[in-house]
Amino acid sequence: MSWMAWTPVTAIFFTAIILAVIVMTLWELKSPTVLRKGLLWFATTRGDRFFMCLLGSAIIHILWIATTDIEPAVATLVCLISAVLVMRYA
Amino acid sequence: MRKRINNRAWLMVLPVLFLVAMSAVIPLMTVVNYSVQDIFDDNNRVYVGLEWFIQIIRDPELHAALWRQILFSANVLAIEIPLGILIAKAMPRRGSVATGLLIFFAIPLLIPWNVVGTIWQIFARPDIGMAGMSLTSLGLDYNYTANPVDAWFTLVAMDVWHWTSLVVLLVFSGLRAIPEAYYEAAQIDGANRWQMFRHIELPRLKTVLGIAVLLRLMDSLMIYTEPFVLTGGGPGNSTTFLSQYLTRMAVGQFDLGPAAAFSLVYFIMILTLCWLFYSLISPAEEQTER
Repeated sequence: MSWMAWTPVTAIFFTAIILAVIVMTLWELKSPTVLRKGLLWFATTRGDRFFMCLLGSAIIHILWIATTDIEPAVATLVCLISAVLVMRYA
Repeated sequence: MRKRINNRAWLMVLPVLFLVAMSAVIPLMTVVNYSVQDIFDDNNRVYVGLEWFIQIIRDPELHAALWRQILFSANVLAIEIPLGILIAKAMPRRGSVATGLLIFFAIPLLIPWNVVGTIWQIFARPDIGMAGMSLTSLGLDYNYTANPVDAWFTLVAMDVWHWTSLVVLLVFSGLRAIPEAYYEAAQIDGANRWQMFRHIELPRLKTVLGIAVLLRLMDSLMIYTEPFVLTGGGPGNSTTFLSQYLTRMAVGQFDLGPAAAFSLVYFIMILTLCWLFYSLISPAEEQTER
């Protein structure tokens, strides 16, 4: 695995994503998702909203780095808040 | 009768999961790992955090390549989609002529990308190429290796030649699926050709056009081989698009860290655009199905 050039930070990052996917799978098995229409113009499942959270987090971090010198950890906090909002209202 | 759940079906999915993991997930993870390190060799690497991302995102050369990429994609979409519709509309719906035309239009799609670049490299040369010589003989000072406008014109023409066929084939299949009764009803109502297109064909083509735009958008955003063969990104940097800039960074300069960071930003950009577009066309698809 050394050829993959792992670092502790990236290992934690991917572990968090894999754990989130496992939790989503278990949640789905326990209570299957229902297609619903929230604030967006299209109906979404729980998985769609999770995907939007991941993609949105990447975009927020990129825009953050591009436009400001404020610590990126603040962007992570913004992402967490936006993820909660997306999962609840999107 | 009780339905038996056979979990062995999951075993059938394993080969696909293995292939996807090996060809997409693990390489992507490696790129993420590279993007946060300065890599000198296998045993000599330094963690740099988000430094490469900051450097890449604020790089003016990358901004220029991004604008060129957006301009190129907008250009080819603006030409290929209406042209594809026009050609498909002009084709006969049935018979041997339609079959012959379909085969004819499928030919450019079968040619490998590097061969398309080579064909156009020769075709557009002002000294020996048919297109280049014709333009020069008309009194135009055409030279795609020296003039950025000529290089752009040639690149866009090449892409239109290569990919309009895809739009034609998709739109043609969409038009074939419209029942004759719709046209007959419109004729009885006295609708002209534009009204038939606007109110019958266009709504029925929405999904197929959405797919055509999505495919062309994705592909034009990733274009590499044809401009690489035709212009090599020049003259100067005038036809250097994102993928060429990335290759230069990764393979030419061997800057693996910045190239990995750039790859991720590029990937997120295309993924976002395609997802946005997909979610925009999805409701239309659902409405059509109803």
